[in-house]
Amino acid sequence: MTDHKNSIPGLIGPEQSTRLFEAMHRGLSRRDALKALGAAGLFAASAGSMFGSGLGYAAEPAGTPTRGGRIRVAAHSASTSDTLDPALGATAIDYVRHATFYNGLTVFDETLTPQPALAEHFETTDGGTTWLFTLRSGVTFHDGKSLEPADVIFSLGRHKDPNTGSKVMSLAEQISTVEAVGDRQVRIVLSSPNVELPSILAVSHMMIVQAGTTDFTKGIGTGPFRCQEFNPGVRSVAVRNENYWKEGRPYLDEIEMVGIGDESSRVNALLSGDVQLVNNVSGRSASRVENSGAHAIKASNSGNYSDLVMRVDQEPTSRPEFVEAMKYLFDREQIKRAVFRNYAEIANDQPIAQSNRYYFDGLPQREYDPERARALLAKAGVQGARLPIVASPAANGSEDMAVLLQQSAQQAGLNLTVNRVPSDGYWSNHWMKHPLGFGNINPRPTANILLSQFFQSSAPWNESGWQNEQFDQLLVLSRQEPDEAKRMQMYADMQTLIHDHAGIGIPVFISDIDGYDTRLKGYERSIPLGGFMGYSFPEHVWWEA
Amino acid sequence: MRNPILRLLLGRLASGVLTLLIVSLVIFAITSLLPGDAAQQILGQFATPEQVAALRTQLGLDQPALLRYFNWLIGLVSGDLGQSVSNALPVSTLMAGRLPNSLILAGVTTAVSVPIALALGIISAMRRGGAIDRVLNVFTLSMVAVPEFLVATIAVLIFAVHLGWLPALSYVSSVENIGDFMRIYAMPVLTLCCVLIAQMARMTRAALIDQLDSPYIEMAQLKGVGPLRRVLRHALPNSLGPIANAVALSLSYLLGGVIIVETIFNYPGIASLMVDAVANRDLALVQACAMLFCSAYLVLVIAADLCAILSNPRLRT
Repeated sequence: MTDHKNSIPGLIGPEQSTRLFEAMHRGLSRRDALKALGAAGLFAASAGSMFGSGLGYAAEPAGTPTRGGRIRVAAHSASTSDTLDPALGATAIDYVRHATFYNGLTVFDETLTPQPALAEHFETTDGGTTWLFTLRSGVTFHDGKSLEPADVIFSLGRHKDPNTGSKVMSLAEQISTVEAVGDRQVRIVLSSPNVELPSILAVSHMMIVQAGTTDFTKGIGTGPFRCQEFNPGVRSVAVRNENYWKEGRPYLDEIEMVGIGDESSRVNALLSGDVQLVNNVSGRSASRVENSGAHAIKASNSGNYSDLVMRVDQEPTSRPEFVEAMKYLFDREQIKRAVFRNYAEIANDQPIAQSNRYYFDGLPQREYDPERARALLAKAGVQGARLPIVASPAANGSEDMAVLLQQSAQQAGLNLTVNRVPSDGYWSNHWMKHPLGFGNINPRPTANILLSQFFQSSAPWNESGWQNEQFDQLLVLSRQEPDEAKRMQMYADMQTLIHDHAGIGIPVFISDIDGYDTRLKGYERSIPLGGFMGYSFPEHVWWEA
Repeated sequence: MRNPILRLLLGRLASGVLTLLIVSLVIFAITSLLPGDAAQQILGQFATPEQVAALRTQLGLDQPALLRYFNWLIGLVSGDLGQSVSNALPVSTLMAGRLPNSLILAGVTTAVSVPIALALGIISAMRRGGAIDRVLNVFTLSMVAVPEFLVATIAVLIFAVHLGWLPALSYVSSVENIGDFMRIYAMPVLTLCCVLIAQMARMTRAALIDQLDSPYIEMAQLKGVGPLRRVLRHALPNSLGPIANAVALSLSYLLGGVIIVETIFNYPGIASLMVDAVANRDLALVQACAMLFCSAYLVLVIAADLCAILSNPRLRT
């Protein structure tokens, strides 16, 4: 993983960037893209570059998109709490619908680098505190109203009101003011410098709704599709927005979305041709899908992980030797193979996955070593102890991982008893409440958000209750550091600190497995945020009958 | 002759209302005991305490439980089922979207299963101990024993995945003609019938055999009454009471108990609405569904009792 060395040190103008981005979606190779950039004379250095490299762009040409066709998509969960309010999005089906009907000011690419969307240009004037976003002109909402700064001010301001119930209230708190500058610009002032603001605004919850909206069931946004029908827990029908601001997009005429909770029903629906795209396929069913001939599997790793949480404020998990011993008891290869059928990547007790541009590859891999664990346990004074370990279906794969851990702990002279609890109410009643338990962390849009939410000493979800001043300082500094290389070093240090000291054991990163009909084209890209092409497939895919 | 029936009906309705009241209280208490509340469910795994507190106040969850119960009860009496807290829609709207689906499924299943079950029950009672009876016995017993998720999954694998004759999912919104209707309902109805027919047929057989053993049937036989007439004219009317009760019990299951079929075929009925409501701690919706299931059950049982009384001259007077 050396992709950061390829970073292009230049701020690209909105026009070129959009054109290049479009070209890359169609399968332009990275070499060609670099050539195009060179030809356009874009290597000129300029401050505040946010443009990453082309890791993950489709390697081979993926064909020419054609217009037309309708598909039916089944997500793994849908209920009456489904919502078209971006601020409240909670599940995959919500995120996909939001990307279908709305746009953000910025949008993530394959390396999770923010690219211009409703804002055609963005810059910081003072190293990360004051930001100026220039809105694209000629963008209209589905009801015909033009996009104005007032819509942005309303959309971003909502998150700070506790009555909204926004899922990203804590992220929005750093925004002090949002104000209009003329008819096309918005100035955002933060309470402290954060060079990652464009990434934060690319999160689906931050998508732009119309000023003054109170009824979100109509799904009126600026997105690639208009909402024709929305019935929470049953289905939604999206039809092409003919006035979409991206020329030629979207390709499909219609997308129907339903939820099928039962995994085998979902796979059966795909195989029988009732739906053309499903998410959350289990490792067991993946071979069934692949063997059908007319369907394919798309596994993408976005850094989702189920982790062993060892509370530092409880006994015996407060002893550093015990924590280290537990990390040596993970047989990571076996967990990857037996629990996830190889649809996982080996992790190294730190939360940043290889697909992330801040991943530090210099960290030595911690191996399975029961003998070493035995010595450490003796040092911690807990040899031969009997300890409960709490697992639940709520934390993906944790029950199987707990059983494997129980077996390897026995070899090191530690008796673990697996305490299984139901997923209902797990997060409020068990998560972070036991000395030894499991958590499950979904991918976050940026490494900084991930570390701030789950490892900062003062964070409410600091899973293990880990306190480390050095880490906290690095975290704050990394938000303000404009130099990419220095930032990279800070992230490397933070990953090392977590790997060595935090009370968190991360054995593997779990892949998201989607199954799709092979007539659905353009599905090869991946945006490492989750399944469904990082929840953003609607405007990228086309149908080849 | 009408008086005792009317009295019974009124008595049953009064006790029904009391039952509903007790059920609502029990459901309310149990739902309140569940860990977590609607505010936590809505905000999810990563909610901050301040957000939860704000949402609780907004939803009125910070009021005492008893007060909330009485508010709900007053609303119910005045015909207002309340608001669903998880998506701010009136409960009546949510239920109105799902109830017709459940009623259609229940109706079609009843129309198919009851005649077949009665016929099978009567045939095996008439041929008691014979080859047909034994075959039907084994068949119905194994149908009762096989869980419906297995029947449904196997049916999907055969008819949808391998043969491709039927859709794996039931999309009630895309019914355009009678052919669509048959294709969509074939597998859910088949699955439900497997369990229901077996149960009802066994009850019918038992009730009929009970009557066929009694002296008056022997008398009829000695008088020279034919076997078919003996069963249909003499025994069947006398066993109508128990049969009606068995049918009522089986059918009451069709409204609230079909969650497995609704899940496997992705059929948007009222049972999955209630499961969602419990998962979201959406109390008003849970209560409304519980009241609906309970009322449907009471109505069916009353209807079965009326059936038994009307078919029995001794009870009629």
